[in-house]
Amino acid sequence: MTASGSAGSGVPHLDVDPFDMSFFADPYPAHELLREAGPVVYLDKWNVYGVARYAEVYAVLNDPATFCSSRGVGLSDFKKEAPWRPPSLILEADPPAHTRTRAVLSKVLSPTAMKQVRDRFAAAAEERVDALLDQRRFDAITDLAEAYPLSIFPDALGLKPEGREHLIPYAGVVFNAFGPPNRLRQEAIERSAPHQAYVAEQCQRANLAPGGFGACIHAQVDEGAITSTEAPLLVRSLLSAGLDTTVNGIGAAVYCLARFPDQWQRLREDLTLARGAFEEAVRFESPVQTFFRTTTREVELSGAKIGEGEKVLMFLAAANRDPRRWDKPDRYHITRRTSGHVGFGSGIHMCVGQLVARLEGEVMLTALARRIAKIEITGEPKRRFNNTLRGLDSLPVTITPA
Amino acid sequence: MPDIIFIHADGKPDRVETSDGESAMQAATRHVVAAILAECGGNAMCATCHVYVDESWLARLPAMADDEDALLDGTAAERRPNSRLSCQITMTSQLDGLVLRLPERQI
Ligand code: HEM
Ligand code: FES
Repeated sequence: MTASGSAGSGVPHLDVDPFDMSFFADPYPAHELLREAGPVVYLDKWNVYGVARYAEVYAVLNDPATFCSSRGVGLSDFKKEAPWRPPSLILEADPPAHTRTRAVLSKVLSPTAMKQVRDRFAAAAEERVDALLDQRRFDAITDLAEAYPLSIFPDALGLKPEGREHLIPYAGVVFNAFGPPNRLRQEAIERSAPHQAYVAEQCQRANLAPGGFGACIHAQVDEGAITSTEAPLLVRSLLSAGLDTTVNGIGAAVYCLARFPDQWQRLREDLTLARGAFEEAVRFESPVQTFFRTTTREVELSGAKIGEGEKVLMFLAAANRDPRRWDKPDRYHITRRTSGHVGFGSGIHMCVGQLVARLEGEVMLTALARRIAKIEITGEPKRRFNNTLRGLDSLPVTITPA
Repeated sequence: MPDIIFIHADGKPDRVETSDGESAMQAATRHVVAAILAECGGNAMCATCHVYVDESWLARLPAMADDEDALLDGTAAERRPNSRLSCQITMTSQLDGLVLRLPERQI
């Protein structure tokens, strides 16, 4: 990993591969290199621009007319290459098309909708803790970070009980596919057919239970907000982005609280800090590490000239630990003012499911902190490798009841 | 630059200076007015920047958009006729001295 200045544009060229296994194993030194090399860098390995400082990541996220999403938010440029699946009607869309579909999902996942599911989500969190207290030693990824969202989110969507084992693998494909054509992406897509078939089927109106988020999306067809061909694709967005993300978010929070016992004690003394503890874990670990944009015109960004049709890689995780923006960024601090972090993005595409994620995080951490005195890591944590998502594959822990 | 007077739930006032074009939420978070949580960073998604606008100022604020109206139905503290989302209030010189009361809770 070296930085070398390039003549001409003045943008430093780096030979960092942010989709390499060694990068994933420990991204922090490379994040620092990317941030310190300049406000805008060029990554020769994939021929893309990169931004890793908070100010530039924020600027790109908040100028969707220049940095568009409709040409894909992965490396692949939809103008030059056929997408691996029909594009998302929300994530991979620009205004005005995006504005309309976004309004539909915002309504389905609004604060009012959260009030309706809150008690159910909280009760399921208590049940999960009951089971964990019986086990004492368990894997905090499988038995907690995965088991909890799986116990509520598919039901909240209104999915049938059969076939749910496809959900996490499908999300794995989606998030690997944003990356470059490396092994992770190729293998994921090669194996995706059965998962895609399951998801396509589940998105149909007839397969979604009344009252769930899925049925609420389809009900918008009757209101004239979307067409009956658009509705299944919007349900697909929730299936793609709504489960694996919170698995990694809750996994991140538990991993943080196990590594920072003083913060765990703080939380135990004041359970109202649970929501902040989850939010800070999203900043600290950034379960969604990166997204791309494509330039719609020639643009100057912090002194760097970028041509039209260029891919720009935003390092959300690096921005969330930029010392220019954050005091002691490498410290997990549950009372930090996290507002403005880009773990959920920023601007018009900022995570439309953020309230679901926060609700799950808050009620799960509250239930854990109320009834567990200590969480100790009692085995080697194993990392799960994905081109976009950061999280663990296994986290062996032992708990002491309160 | 226009000032805002935030009145905390316990009645204590807090005068905050804003920069032109900034939202009331941004000014509050910059000055660490803790009762403005602003989880979504001003993207009109979270309703955790809820304020009660002092009655005498209400008519001087621009009307609210449909999405703000819908979000206000989901606030943690009770919605009142003078409820607004502070991230949707852009500060201008005409709003110098704006009085905003803070609700008891945001989540
Ligand atoms: C901790 C958990 C989560 C994280 C870290 C996360 C992160 C993100 C990020 C960074 C974006 C911005 C994408 C961009 O700018 O291109 C995004 C968008 C999105 N998220 Fe999430 N997300 C989470 C949970 C969820 C959940 C639970 C759902 C669904 C219930 C969801 C659905 C979506 C959708 C549909 C979009 C696209 C929004 C748009 O383009 O307007 N996410 N998310
Ligand atoms: S900051 Fe989220 S709605 Fe105002």
